[in-house]
Amino acid sequence: MIFEDEPVPGYPLPILPGHTSPGRLERVLRARQFAVTTEMAPPDSADPEEVYHRARIFDGYVDAINATDGSGANCHMSSVAVCALLTRVGYAPVMQISCRDKNRIAIQGDILGGAAMGVCNILCLTGDGVQAGDHPQALPVFDLDSMTLLETARTMRDEHRFLSGRKLTYSPRVLLGAAENPFTHPTQWRADRLAKKVAAGAQFIQTQYCYDVPLFKAFMRRVEDLGLFEKVFILVGVGPLRSAKTAEWMRTHVPGLHIPDAVIARLKGAADAAREGRNLCVDLIQELRSVPGVSGVHVMAYRQEDSVPEIIDRSGVLGGRVPWYPGRDPQRNSNRLAS
Amino acid sequence: MYSVRLWSVRHARGLNSFYRGFERALTALHPLFKRIGYQRLERPVAALEHSVKGLLFDCRMCGQCILSSTGMSCPMNCPKSLRNGPCGGVRANGNCEVKPDMKCVWNLAVDGSHRIPGGTEALSHVQLPVDRRLTGKSSWLRVARERAGESA
Repeated sequence: MIFEDEPVPGYPLPILPGHTSPGRLERVLRARQFAVTTEMAPPDSADPEEVYHRARIFDGYVDAINATDGSGANCHMSSVAVCALLTRVGYAPVMQISCRDKNRIAIQGDILGGAAMGVCNILCLTGDGVQAGDHPQALPVFDLDSMTLLETARTMRDEHRFLSGRKLTYSPRVLLGAAENPFTHPTQWRADRLAKKVAAGAQFIQTQYCYDVPLFKAFMRRVEDLGLFEKVFILVGVGPLRSAKTAEWMRTHVPGLHIPDAVIARLKGAADAAREGRNLCVDLIQELRSVPGVSGVHVMAYRQEDSVPEIIDRSGVLGGRVPWYPGRDPQRNSNRLAS
Repeated sequence: MYSVRLWSVRHARGLNSFYRGFERALTALHPLFKRIGYQRLERPVAALEHSVKGLLFDCRMCGQCILSSTGMSCPMNCPKSLRNGPCGGVRANGNCEVKPDMKCVWNLAVDGSHRIPGGTEALSHVQLPVDRRLTGKSSWLRVARERAGESA
């Protein structure tokens, strides 16, 4: 999709009436296009080329790339730095902020800095506990939680002030997102938790991996009953499973992940499990696409990032649309170099 | 104590109505507290509050108690100190991601909130970030002061 008023990369779009950010993701969502987002594993490296290499894999298939913030409590390049590199060449990152490693002073600074660099989407997360990662001896901060983080960011954007009340001269124009896990306890309260996140400022939601469509549909019915369809864009988390063994390992070790036995049986029965994992992912996307209230998918293909273009392509959800990437329209962008 | 904490959630209804009465008594005692001096009372009352609430709820003395809004399950026992609902990492058996042998405090909170009149409604209120300056201070004295219309 080319917007008439799309400027050179790295420069923000004009903010349309009713929009809160100059970002392409908000444009796509509000235009009711089926959105596709994905997640980049940040490198264990100080080489910027590694970030660009990982981003290029998704060129033409995704509307935004999540820059994770120490996901799984493992140490990697920071989400702020990954976003700085990505926005430099015009990519649309979703800057993840976790409450585990930073207090409210650092977080508010990052929100301002991120927006100044051209970050248009922020995902507010609580974060995994430090016990899950490679530095279990670290101090878990958790000064804010995902809910108060959302409210903090919204306060900064809409009321032009810090939590302390001190004024901002220019507020961060961002689309605010949050995560939801419809598949774990207390399941009966998960949709209400979503409502609470929307009340705190969430405009879009990316969910945990969905492998159980009936359970997801039950959750979405409750979301609809709470009147949230008009208030929030829901992107369902999906991802390819490499093998039955990986699936079983993930089910035991990844907190809050729910994989039904039928999924594992399907992978076990396949001659090429990795291929079947991708087939399953395509099937899930196509099935989830028709669930009322679903605005898009969030494809998480950890260590299988190469498979994302194939999965999106085969699912057909973009319907011929080519999301913007640096170099998509050479004649339009020839006046700007990647800097 | 963990087992007492579970008992408290099961008896959230009774504990909540007791607390409502207790809160009224605290407010009524405001003139007396004021005469003695809130500052002078702070240490002994905080110590008393810690022992009572420590026994019943494993209270961490955050100084801004919201037990009535969380089904009598103290959210500060959450290893991520979440005060606005559970994280996404709750285990399939309903236990905590960080402490596998402990029930998720928010799973308990949702349970307890059904036993308190207006409890589920209270769960939906977005709680403000914790004021870390109040850690270790008495929540009771703060309530007495605030209810009587004075800023704490």
